[in-house]
Amino acid sequence: MKLTYPHMGNLYIVVRALLTSLGLDLVLPPPTSRRTAELGVRYSPEFACFPFKLNLGNYLEAEELGADTILMAGGVGPCRFGYYAQVQREILRDLGVDMEMVVLEPPDVGYRELTDKVRYLVGDCSWWRVVKSIRFAWQKALALDNVERELLYLRPRVLEPNSLEKRYRTAVEEIDAAPDSRAISRAVQEFFKTSRRMPQRQGRFLRVGLVGEIFTVLEPFANYDLERRLGRLGVQVERSIWLSAWINDHLFGGLLRVKGGLKHADRLASPYLNSFVGGHGRETVGGAVACALQDCDGVIQVAPLTCMPEIVAHSVLPSVSRDYGIPTLTLYLDEQSGEAGIQTRLEAFVDLMAARRRKGKGGMLDGSFSGY
Amino acid sequence: MDLFLGIDVGSVSTNLVLIDDRGDLYLNPLYLRTQGQPVAAIKKGLRMLQEILAPQDRICGVGTTGSARSLAGVLVGADIVKNEITAHAVSALREVPDVRTILEIGGQDSKIIILRDGVVVDFAMNTVCAAGTGSFLDQQAFRLNLSIEEFGRIALEADNPVRIAGRCTVFAESDMIHKQQMGHSLPNIVAGLCEALVRNYLNNVGKGKEIHSPVVFQGGVAASAGIRVAFQKALNMDILVPKHFNVMGAYGAALLSRDWITERGAETRFRGFEVVSCDFRPRSFICKGCPNACEVVEIRQDGAVLARWGDRCGRWGVADEKVEDAALSCSHPLR
Repeated sequence: MKLTYPHMGNLYIVVRALLTSLGLDLVLPPPTSRRTAELGVRYSPEFACFPFKLNLGNYLEAEELGADTILMAGGVGPCRFGYYAQVQREILRDLGVDMEMVVLEPPDVGYRELTDKVRYLVGDCSWWRVVKSIRFAWQKALALDNVERELLYLRPRVLEPNSLEKRYRTAVEEIDAAPDSRAISRAVQEFFKTSRRMPQRQGRFLRVGLVGEIFTVLEPFANYDLERRLGRLGVQVERSIWLSAWINDHLFGGLLRVKGGLKHADRLASPYLNSFVGGHGRETVGGAVACALQDCDGVIQVAPLTCMPEIVAHSVLPSVSRDYGIPTLTLYLDEQSGEAGIQTRLEAFVDLMAARRRKGKGGMLDGSFSGY
Repeated sequence: MDLFLGIDVGSVSTNLVLIDDRGDLYLNPLYLRTQGQPVAAIKKGLRMLQEILAPQDRICGVGTTGSARSLAGVLVGADIVKNEITAHAVSALREVPDVRTILEIGGQDSKIIILRDGVVVDFAMNTVCAAGTGSFLDQQAFRLNLSIEEFGRIALEADNPVRIAGRCTVFAESDMIHKQQMGHSLPNIVAGLCEALVRNYLNNVGKGKEIHSPVVFQGGVAASAGIRVAFQKALNMDILVPKHFNVMGAYGAALLSRDWITERGAETRFRGFEVVSCDFRPRSFICKGCPNACEVVEIRQDGAVLARWGDRCGRWGVADEKVEDAALSCSHPLR
């Protein structure tokens, strides 16, 4: 069995750590690229969302490399993600691509089905080993989030963002390759040590909250490298969704205490949106409130075009914006999005936030960035 | 005279505006057709300026905007490279200091900008449709064998504008031809088209935004009297069209460059009028360094690399960090 699974930002590292330590044979799809998108778009329904198309592209590219089994998550609720796996399975069958699909449904309705699937995958591996592997993968998830948080903080500050990004990629590779937890923390420490010593600008920087649908938030290819663009425009990005928090909420039932859990966002959303609208609609609203409470200068919502939960959230955001006096910008993304249009909107939004900051709230920006 | 230059390179037109240190327009603005060749248009504009300017005139700052702003910025050595939305807001504020809504329709893009107390608080650009209005009007005028000015004026003669489906310009065109074949009069059809485009703009670009007066209407399409009247009717408000409505982007860029230079007493990075005789060659290639397969764009001046952008990993920037830094830092928002 050669197992593969779709990409979502750095998720592949976490899943790889889990599956390889369980002794499974993996074939990873190449990083999501334009070719992935082309393949996925060609065989997907036109109005399927962008994540669906990219997933499909990932499978097809993995199959070329010899993968024969796909590991995919399922879902519940009004978001279409719940039937992705089923539709994708049908599309692959129609294409004559011979791949088996193992769908891990979320354990909301009981763990039995999930444990059966896991048992099927791991064979006669002991449960003790499964737990140990999960712990190891969890450590990698935390480590990745730590270095990424640091990257978002430092990107607007360092004078040479190129070399910061290079260091970040090295750290990610080291975490990926780390055979044990000592090696993981060594990689994190090393990144912290070297990156903080880089020459930096002083002063206060604009902070923008990033909320929205998880795939478009976490996958840089899907969001046209939004965080990088913003960082280079001198903005610190405060992301509302983190891989570790997501794993905790969805797989561990929110048992662990992790920064940025989604339960918190649900509570904050309640004056505006009380019901589960599927996907991360409610968390988007709550995340926007959280950003306002943390004194961010603005909120950017990203979502795949036609994403229903996010459309609901989008229609609620103006009330959040009015109540908290925080500007919001929504970007719907898919393979048709124009890079120039995104860049122009981001630049204009950053100008808008800077103008507001100068005018009232918080006074002047200082440091080498002040004013026009 | 100390002058500041603003260049707006858009899809349809390339505009150059010179202002003095008080922010007043110096000479008449230049309005050229881009014709899909931004480099040629920029060079032509500069050559024309060079001919008009007196020997004692000095360019002390340059700002660029429009969809080719980065390219233009690298070519001329801009002090500030700004997005169109900010540039338009800056110039509208200068013309109408208490402006609260800006409607801007150009060749390809249309935008709405909401201001309160002189600060931009919200904006939107066309997304799924409501695009290409300027180019579309241009094309329809051509099809009816009218000049673009006549086309706008003819709408004013309408007594009963025809209802035209305006979901997007493609539908609008087929519905409009259909109405023509049915025998409706030309003024009623043109007026109907203007109303359809305005409806489409307000629904798709201005959706949900509170439009308060004073409303300023700018961009190339503001030349069309028909569209102006359609806006007045739809919003039931007075619509102000600034004198130099079609070069407001360039004007804004010039104002921004003046503020940038005077506030910090900096020297301009303007590379001089000599650039008109340089040979600029843009090219693009797919980098094969890693599976990301980024499309890298490169501009060479007389064979030497002037700037590169588009790579995700910084590999092509690192090759010549200074040049790339220059290109990146000019798009900094606070500049």
